[in-house]
Amino acid sequence: MKLKLLIVLLALPLSACNTLRGTGDLGVVIERATGSLQVVDSTQRVSLSQVNGLGDLSHASIVYSRDERFAYVFGRDGGLTKVDILKGEITKRIIQSGNSIGGAISQDGKLVSVSNYTPGGVNVFNAETLALVESIPAIYGKDNKQSKVVGLVDAPGQRFVFSLYDAGEIWIADFNHVNNNGKAAITKFKNIGKQPYDGLITPDGRYYIAGLFGEDGLAVLDLWHPEKGVKRILANYGRGGKKMPVYKMPHLEGWAMTEDYAFFPAVGRNEVLVMNRRNWKQVKKIAVHGQPVFVMARPDGRQVWVNYAYPKNDTVEVIDTESLKIIKTLKPGKAVLHMEFTPRGEQVWISARDAGKVTVYDTATFKALTTLPMAKPSGIFFTNRAHRIGL
Amino acid sequence: MVKGFVIKSISVMSVFIFCNLVIAENNISTQRSIELNNLLVQDCGSCHGMTMKGGLGPALTPEVLLTKPRDMITATITHGRPGTPMPPWKNILSAEEINWMVDTLYAGVKQE
Repeated sequence: MKLKLLIVLLALPLSACNTLRGTGDLGVVIERATGSLQVVDSTQRVSLSQVNGLGDLSHASIVYSRDERFAYVFGRDGGLTKVDILKGEITKRIIQSGNSIGGAISQDGKLVSVSNYTPGGVNVFNAETLALVESIPAIYGKDNKQSKVVGLVDAPGQRFVFSLYDAGEIWIADFNHVNNNGKAAITKFKNIGKQPYDGLITPDGRYYIAGLFGEDGLAVLDLWHPEKGVKRILANYGRGGKKMPVYKMPHLEGWAMTEDYAFFPAVGRNEVLVMNRRNWKQVKKIAVHGQPVFVMARPDGRQVWVNYAYPKNDTVEVIDTESLKIIKTLKPGKAVLHMEFTPRGEQVWISARDAGKVTVYDTATFKALTTLPMAKPSGIFFTNRAHRIGL
Repeated sequence: MVKGFVIKSISVMSVFIFCNLVIAENNISTQRSIELNNLLVQDCGSCHGMTMKGGLGPALTPEVLLTKPRDMITATITHGRPGTPMPPWKNILSAEEINWMVDTLYAGVKQE
């Protein structure tokens, strides 16, 4: 008995609670069916802990605090959960709306905002306490209808930029310019195009780009010169004259850009489009396995990895960005949902929802280094996102 | 006479309904129904929510569907809905499978 106690006491200092460690090589994987996430370590390539009780995680996403310790998890059910990834536990959880789609963290890390479908708008919270700072209802038109909000990102200057799906508008909420009522100054851009369904901000934080479901082309706002208004680029980008069914909307986040080219998922077609970054002219259409969902560049820009919509979603293809040819086809399992590169790109982690696993690949040899069992894994998020504009 | 006819009609109808159920159950194997349920919860759930409470697409809970004609739901899944992101599924799913989807939606989707 005494011996046992002694062993326990001796073991204590070795346990995780007393071991100092950084978070720069950590990440989280969303387990969408069970409302949980796993904290992973990309150096050891292991799972460290599981956090439960996160609600409906269909289409969940996260952002990180700037100290890379806390993950803010945005659930479909309006849940906003602050998770301490070092402790592997929930710090605080609130239900902030009936139905939400994603969120962003401000430039200074003090505000977390969530875009909502029901009621349509953006809620902004104190990142420390999750106390409500401001509610911005997305009210538009003569009849004061409320729009679903999509494509919410942070922009330099303590701004949040987002798109109104039903209204066809882009709004900027500026928290460096607060009016007499203590509310953020809102700038609205109307008639930007039909049904903006997702948005992204370029890595330098200058251009906000909204994808349009209802018509071809992309809406672009130059945040250095918002007074110039929203312009249209890539007029032919979209579903085109013969509208093809789209089984999963392509995601704009993680838009692949290399020195010369930008790579886009074609909408409803089995193609990756390659554009010249200088003049936005199309350089090439690359025929691919299915309708692309994520088209993501390895951090060094040498490769672009592509996954596909149902029913072609068991495959990932790798495009060489010099030859613009497919150089590798991988089968990570049924229902590949997401891919995330380690910060310098030597590994990519790929989730296969229906196969119930995450596979880690070496991006130089394409060898599977390990697989981690997960319950219906979807989004994978490494902590280096904490220091990137728009992520 | 009239009464007898009504009873007969009802019994014929019951047989008809009964047969329909049997056909529906026979044509979709247990394995396929697990796959279809997964498709419904996970893939349809990306837009309609895993609990069918809605997202970019509308809510499809039994309570909401009470007010919607079944034919409209079947047609929407089969042909999609132009002007919205809802795609047609007729090239991917058979009519029986779409029927199974509609039955399941009206009964309430089981979470796995």
